[in-house]
Amino acid sequence: MTTTDPHALTGAYAVHALEDEERAAFERHLADCPACAQEVAEFTATAGRLALAATVRPRPGMREQVLTRVTSVRQVPPGTAPSERVRRGVRRGRRLTRWALAASVAVAAAFGGTAAWQYERAQDARHQAASAERHAEEITGVLAAPDAKTRSARVAGGTGTVVVSARRDRAVFVTSNMAEPPRGKVYQLWFAVDGKMRPAGLMNPDRASQTVLMRGGVDGASGVGITVEPAGGSPRPTSAPIGLLEIPS
Amino acid sequence: MKEPVHISTNPSRKPDLQRLLHEVALGDQEAFAAVYDTVAGSVLGVARAVLRDRAQSEEVAQDVLVEVWRTAPRYQPERGSALNWILTLAHRRAVDRVRSVEAAAARDTRAALLDHQPAYDEVTEQVESRLEREQVRRCLRTLTELQRQSVTLAYYRGLTYREVAEALALPLGTVKTRLRDGLIRLRDCLGVTA
Repeated sequence: MTTTDPHALTGAYAVHALEDEERAAFERHLADCPACAQEVAEFTATAGRLALAATVRPRPGMREQVLTRVTSVRQVPPGTAPSERVRRGVRRGRRLTRWALAASVAVAAAFGGTAAWQYERAQDARHQAASAERHAEEITGVLAAPDAKTRSARVAGGTGTVVVSARRDRAVFVTSNMAEPPRGKVYQLWFAVDGKMRPAGLMNPDRASQTVLMRGGVDGASGVGITVEPAGGSPRPTSAPIGLLEIPS
Repeated sequence: MKEPVHISTNPSRKPDLQRLLHEVALGDQEAFAAVYDTVAGSVLGVARAVLRDRAQSEEVAQDVLVEVWRTAPRYQPERGSALNWILTLAHRRAVDRVRSVEAAAARDTRAALLDHQPAYDEVTEQVESRLEREQVRRCLRTLTELQRQSVTLAYYRGLTYREVAEALALPLGTVKTRLRDGLIRLRDCLGVTA
């Protein structure tokens, strides 16, 4: 990238779209280019508006957790020297790891089904990376499987599509434009097996369109159901399904 | 439980955030609670746009907010508004997380999944500050398709411009230019000054 005009990187820099090496090089350039610095400041402020447009409502419990956390976090002195910053960074790393664990446990309590999984992930960063990767790979694996079959239906004002790969024995549920569940409720997915419903994971209540890897194997299920459940999900459906899709054979 | 306040105005119209941050820098926890109420929804929104995963985005948002508390004494008003300092930190941390968690293979996946998941519409479905959303959306419509895609994939999806180029099958130089041109147009449409 040494042949290109570094001025042109202001946009990519401001939205954090440079890789580490290029970012370091651009920052060196920035120090001697007031015009670039001005443009970066303006783009950063513009990006701030994109952030505001993505505002969501945090769950109420998060406020108390954050306010409690800061009571035990020491603030840096103003204008900390770089060497000290490095040492602090190391200490902070350890503390954040513990906090990450505590946060995961709290999240686990709030989200039931994902509890054990989240907790394990926080315990081992490598495991965390690996499982996120496996998860993403599973989803693509199913969507791209040569034997993938799909069924779609209208669900909650939008569309729900189940994609099943018999060979992989996995299913992915893709939604678009679904209405938000009522406050304090979530959409829960189910595999229908012999007239019974087996829990297959929760959907993100804040997202109208999403792609979810259904929990567990398809394992002979004949259909996929979706119900409205209290936050955290239920072991058995507590209401009639709002959507029912036959698993294509 | 107090409900968070949602920002619906231009950041430059939030002068008291800077004053609050000054009080936070002196260790004032009540001031920090007020900062939380002002920015938490946007910090979480950025993290969720980039990370998508609910638990991970909340973890990142919480860490960012604690980081705001911790490093408030180092905030320099002459280098930008308090709001932008916080939102930049939030985006940076979300992007760091998405890049550390995803190996190259998973990142390809993300690009592949973009077909199934519209980059911008989905984000704005979550938005509660309607005025801000509508203005940003209106201004994004003034961009060319390539400018808009470059900006939204980079910002809301946390892709590097190299990944944007791959996702859109465009030369690197083109994406770099579209990204900058898109931000210029967006800046002018939104009337952003810095």
